[in-house]
Amino acid sequence: MNLKRTVIFTAVVLIIGLSAYILSFGASLGAYDMIPVKDAIKYGLDLRGGVYVVLEAKPEEGGAVSDETLTRAIATIRNRVDGLGVSEPVIAKQGENRIRIELPDVTDSQNAIDIIGKTAQLKFLDPDGEMVLTGDNVRNAEAIYQTHPSGRKEPVVSLELDSEGAGRFADVTGAIMEIPDVQGYQPERSISIVLDEDVISAPEVQAHITDGKAIINGMPNIEAAADLATLIKAGALPVDMEAVEIRTVGPTLGANSLERSARAGFIGIFLVMLFMAVYYRLPGLVASLSLIIYIMIVLLILVSINAALTLPGIAGLLLSIGMAVDANVIIFERLKEELRNGKSLRPAIDAGFKRAFRTILDANITTLIAAAVLFYLGAGPIQGFAVTLTVGILSSMFTAIVITKMLLKMVVGMNITRNTKLFGA
Amino acid sequence: MKIVEKSRLWFGLSGLVILIGFVFIFMMGLNLGIDFTGGTIIQIDLGKSFTTQEVREITDQFDKEASITYAGENRTQVQVKTKLDLSETERAEVFDKFRDKYGLDTEDLVSMQKVGPTIGNQLKRQAVVSLAVAALGMLLYITYRFEFKFGVVATTALLHDVLVVLAVYAIMQIPINTSFIAAMLTIVGYSINATIVIFDRIRENRGYMKKGTSLTELVNLSVTQSVARSVNTSFTTLLTIGMIYLLGVSAIKEFALPLIVGIISGTYSSVLIAGPLWAFWKNKEKPRAGRA
Repeated sequence: MNLKRTVIFTAVVLIIGLSAYILSFGASLGAYDMIPVKDAIKYGLDLRGGVYVVLEAKPEEGGAVSDETLTRAIATIRNRVDGLGVSEPVIAKQGENRIRIELPDVTDSQNAIDIIGKTAQLKFLDPDGEMVLTGDNVRNAEAIYQTHPSGRKEPVVSLELDSEGAGRFADVTGAIMEIPDVQGYQPERSISIVLDEDVISAPEVQAHITDGKAIINGMPNIEAAADLATLIKAGALPVDMEAVEIRTVGPTLGANSLERSARAGFIGIFLVMLFMAVYYRLPGLVASLSLIIYIMIVLLILVSINAALTLPGIAGLLLSIGMAVDANVIIFERLKEELRNGKSLRPAIDAGFKRAFRTILDANITTLIAAAVLFYLGAGPIQGFAVTLTVGILSSMFTAIVITKMLLKMVVGMNITRNTKLFGA
Repeated sequence: MKIVEKSRLWFGLSGLVILIGFVFIFMMGLNLGIDFTGGTIIQIDLGKSFTTQEVREITDQFDKEASITYAGENRTQVQVKTKLDLSETERAEVFDKFRDKYGLDTEDLVSMQKVGPTIGNQLKRQAVVSLAVAALGMLLYITYRFEFKFGVVATTALLHDVLVVLAVYAIMQIPINTSFIAAMLTIVGYSINATIVIFDRIRENRGYMKKGTSLTELVNLSVTQSVARSVNTSFTTLLTIGMIYLLGVSAIKEFALPLIVGIISGTYSSVLIAGPLWAFWKNKEKPRAGRA
């Protein structure tokens, strides 16, 4: 028995164990604080809950949607989403005429969809139905409480117009003030505020307004006023958009999915390790050790590239664990053969790895081709799957070819046994 | 192992499964989920047990054909599925009716999915294009690394796996959604992986073969040498994916099931179809070839 190598190997095993512990439970060492990997990883909508919407542009008859229009629409939607206060939203162009929006952690999905999908074309119409100004003339909009003449507080949207808008507003209100004011509501003295064909408010003009300040009243509550202010401030969508795909996941469903998948994963991994140790004996145990390293590498890569873990992604991860074991299986089967052909242990290990390398390379590159196609042609959770699959394949090749070989050589170097039966011969 | 000699049996078995699948597709069609047909699925946690009858009182106002199923661990959740593309107001109305009847708040809306009718056709096209692009990429790579015939045979084995999975879905009438396509592509990647390991062995053994060794012997030997790897790898992969299927939530089951079928079919096709098919083709080309 080689004492020095045995000590090194024991140390390596301890380090692997310690790293696995820190990744699972976190640790704090002086100034350094490691959070558990399960808290550091980013989760997809299907695991954390949220809203996924695909909007499709509906241009006027015969019209086409230009790239520029879609880009402007994305900018508008981004402003609205910011108004909603969603963290880490994704707003991206999808295909020719669609926009994909992912809003994590949103619980009131209906409200979110209402806000992002509205065209929000704001128009001010004079008593004859002529357009005075549009949402483009609004410089700022906010929800405030206004005290009603009766003393009651009323939620309203307060608008501040740009100079052009203020000028026209002054002209129209001035003209209206010429019309004699009589008792009761007079439509001929009112300005209609229209949002996407709906008249949301049609107040009677009370004064000649020259400072470019306007008020929209008739709001049911302050939340509605705030939503409308957000819409107006963000501006109108340059084209009508329709939600062609909506998927919402409540937070409890997401958490439940994660928990159950994780548990299933752990049991699966444990069974794989058990099988490897029973079937391939010593190398199988070594493979189980490198499997732990493999899992740590994959998780760390996912954290560092900030990839979102989705439900299909977890399946991809587990699939890649099966494949990570595959590389080891190819090597160990080779090793067995070399041993049966009468080679002694060390040359057999070298030959086994050398011959298996080409096989592993060719076999994995073809799977990478499939993953690449998935990434370029898929969307949302499927892309997440493609990313985890790719990371998984690359890491599995690395662990099988480098880590397993290193560990196996260490084990042999300890000279504990020369019994090739323990190596599967 | 005498694999090549029994190739008629292997081809026949696969052919039978695929044929039955086609019969089902023509007679009953595939069970397309809402990703393809368009429609709305609303899942709500009612917080107590309920009967489908009382739920139907609400849903009948929107769609009498809507399907009602229990969901959630304690069966307190209801999943309403309709092929109608409900508008935003209609969806809100459905939920409001449930909210009023069961005293819910917004968080009890577990999930909601709505897919427009145009998405499905694009998805189908996208699926076919993805599969074709992936297959072509693999064909090119294998031709570059091995030879053209290996490429064609490996791609045929892929087609086999795709058809077998499709057949199983048609026979069992399992709903097909987007995740099915992703699973298909994964199967394609996985199965080619298994086929290549065997071809790699044939390529290697070809160099050592004595003069006069037949292609049949070459393939038989190569398959025998790599069969332990094929079976063990599939077994370990099935362990993890199988656990996910047994213990996971329904969304991931939908993804795991085609993978399980595909892994089994992929192992079958790489061990029993790919090698014999290649030998068959090679023999046809040079009927008296002594060496491959």
